[in-house]
Amino acid sequence: MQTPFSLDPKNIDYKSMPDERGHFGPYGGRFVSETLIAALDELQAAYLSLKDTTAFQEEFDRDLAHYVGRPSPIYHAERWSKQIGGAQIFLKREDLNHTGAHKVNNTIGQALLAKHMGKPRVIAETGAGQHGVASATVAARFGMECQVFMGAEDVKRQSLNVYRMKLLGAEVIPVTSGSRTLKDAMNEALRDWVTNVDNTFYIIGTVAGPAPYPQLVRDFQSVIGREARRQMVTQTDRLPDALVACVGGGSNAIGLFHPFLEDETVAMYGVEAGGFGVETGKHAAPLNDGKPGILHGNRTYLMEDENGQIIDTHSISAGLDYPGVGPEHSWLKDMGRVNYVAVTDDEAMDAFRALTQIEGIMPALETSHALAYAAKLARDMDKDKTILVNLSGRGDKDILTVADIDGITL
Amino acid sequence: MSRIAACLEACKASGRKAVIPYIVAGDPWSDITVPAVHILVEAGADIIELGVPFSDPMAEGPVIQLGHERALAHDVGMGNVLAMVAEFRQQDPNTPVVLMGYANPVEVMGYETFAKAATAAGVDGVLTVDMPPEEAGDMNAVFREYQLDTIFLIAPTTTEARTKAICAMATGYIYYVSLKGVTGAGHIDTDEVKRKVNGIKASTSLPVCVGFGIKDGDSAAAIGQCADGVVVGSVLVNGMGESVGMATRDDNADASVDPLAGKDRAALAEVVNARILSIVSEIAEGANR
Repeated sequence: MQTPFSLDPKNIDYKSMPDERGHFGPYGGRFVSETLIAALDELQAAYLSLKDTTAFQEEFDRDLAHYVGRPSPIYHAERWSKQIGGAQIFLKREDLNHTGAHKVNNTIGQALLAKHMGKPRVIAETGAGQHGVASATVAARFGMECQVFMGAEDVKRQSLNVYRMKLLGAEVIPVTSGSRTLKDAMNEALRDWVTNVDNTFYIIGTVAGPAPYPQLVRDFQSVIGREARRQMVTQTDRLPDALVACVGGGSNAIGLFHPFLEDETVAMYGVEAGGFGVETGKHAAPLNDGKPGILHGNRTYLMEDENGQIIDTHSISAGLDYPGVGPEHSWLKDMGRVNYVAVTDDEAMDAFRALTQIEGIMPALETSHALAYAAKLARDMDKDKTILVNLSGRGDKDILTVADIDGITL
Repeated sequence: MSRIAACLEACKASGRKAVIPYIVAGDPWSDITVPAVHILVEAGADIIELGVPFSDPMAEGPVIQLGHERALAHDVGMGNVLAMVAEFRQQDPNTPVVLMGYANPVEVMGYETFAKAATAAGVDGVLTVDMPPEEAGDMNAVFREYQLDTIFLIAPTTTEARTKAICAMATGYIYYVSLKGVTGAGHIDTDEVKRKVNGIKASTSLPVCVGFGIKDGDSAAAIGQCADGVVVGSVLVNGMGESVGMATRDDNADASVDPLAGKDRAALAEVVNARILSIVSEIAEGANR
């Protein structure tokens, strides 16, 4: 239950998780109303029957290659590494994917599932709009009707992505309940799904939610780590010494980490949004400053008050602004396999500017959190050590936010 | 025998359908709830389902979500809800009270602490919406120890095998959700409900009460034909919201300003009470027509 159990991390079969009921140790599971169970059962049965078939794998790989543009390259950020003066930093360039982030790996996979399940309509929740855009994109590609739920506050903040989704033929539905942000969009999407389950597939954008979502999203995103493992060995003749990725719900991080979990020499760092600083309480770092609870169908670390109400989070980056986290991350934290750390808005902004100016690569603000921590880490490591950062998305979508911080109106 | 079992047995013995109103504790403000629950009993309620406010009530439709939001605007938490039940119990030792809510407010207290406090306050049963039988084992074991009934939902999409498993874990009564979707949605297909309720009755001797979509005397009468009890939620929560002019969400509202500030709460409470008395009286009449 709530007590983290202690096992020797060396004896854990990481690849065996989750169990057949979707649990990662005490986390995960399926905490939903009975009204949703049949839909989850149908999805799980479809996924388990398709996932290991050659036909499904080939279809997925073909779309990843020709539509998304995989494999994404690994780039040695030499100038930036030199400036930092420590370990060599490599970037897994998920920002070069079609639609500009890792999100599309998952939406392609889920849209293929929807196609095989005969669902003509897809719905999605979105915070910053990246997952919404990736969902609208694949819906256009597969000729599916698409509705995207987005907190009314986020609709205002992310007007560019809202219009992008509309151009792609999706309908964006502003959610005015609760705190009007990502968590409320997810509530609303679940409500729509339970009402329209006969013709609707719910594309969840991260490794959270009820089983089987944390597993299937991880499986689709693990292409990142599988490629990266091969590429690092080819380019540097060995595995990296450390992996770094940002964690909101945690899909890009789990996608990178999972294929390396059994490589004991590879240290892993998941970087949460520290907002104004973890000590201020104004952040989105449940693994650093939350505790286990139940939200959105799974048991995981959460930001909550003493009454068990979910509290508002703060991050400069809308994509990390979520009070929960994928249950596998909660488990990896308790196991001590991954170190979960936080960096502040300001530190992320510094990293955003550094990478943009020194390497000519403009990262997403979410990704900038990972970069900020990688820079700290590199400083204390020898020059012959390597750090691989998941460059999960590009920063074009954040230009208005950055301009606003600089006091510039575009 | 638990207060719930005794109540439902008495209903059955007298050939009556149980009337089970649902309101959210602390909606639209804290000290209206206890008097309102007494009114519900006066109007014909046999069992009270008291909603525990939660920030993310994902199985609720817009009407009950608003009820949760109105209560949370006054920071009503589990401690307050239990205090309300205790206060109600001082006047009414007989009417069973079921807490209906989400898992996290119980998780944060711990099962044991919650169960102890709930029993002490006079709570009779718990329906945790997002705690399906696969996950409910630990919680159920603790609640059983404290003689709290554990009520479970069965949905139109629940398979026969699951129905059996749920019935095996449930005590008190089975809550059959008559519609696909969230609370407050659509129209009920009475024949379909009858078929399903009979199916459930084949798996259990527990009473089967039906909720979702019971709006008035006629729908209560239709459901009363096959169910042991009718649950009325959304229409009641909406009635309370309308009575205080808060039945829609004001998207431009300043969250820091209490929408009830400066209003005569005693006068509003009278309007609320008259409205819920009328709604539940009509349902009670319909269910036993």
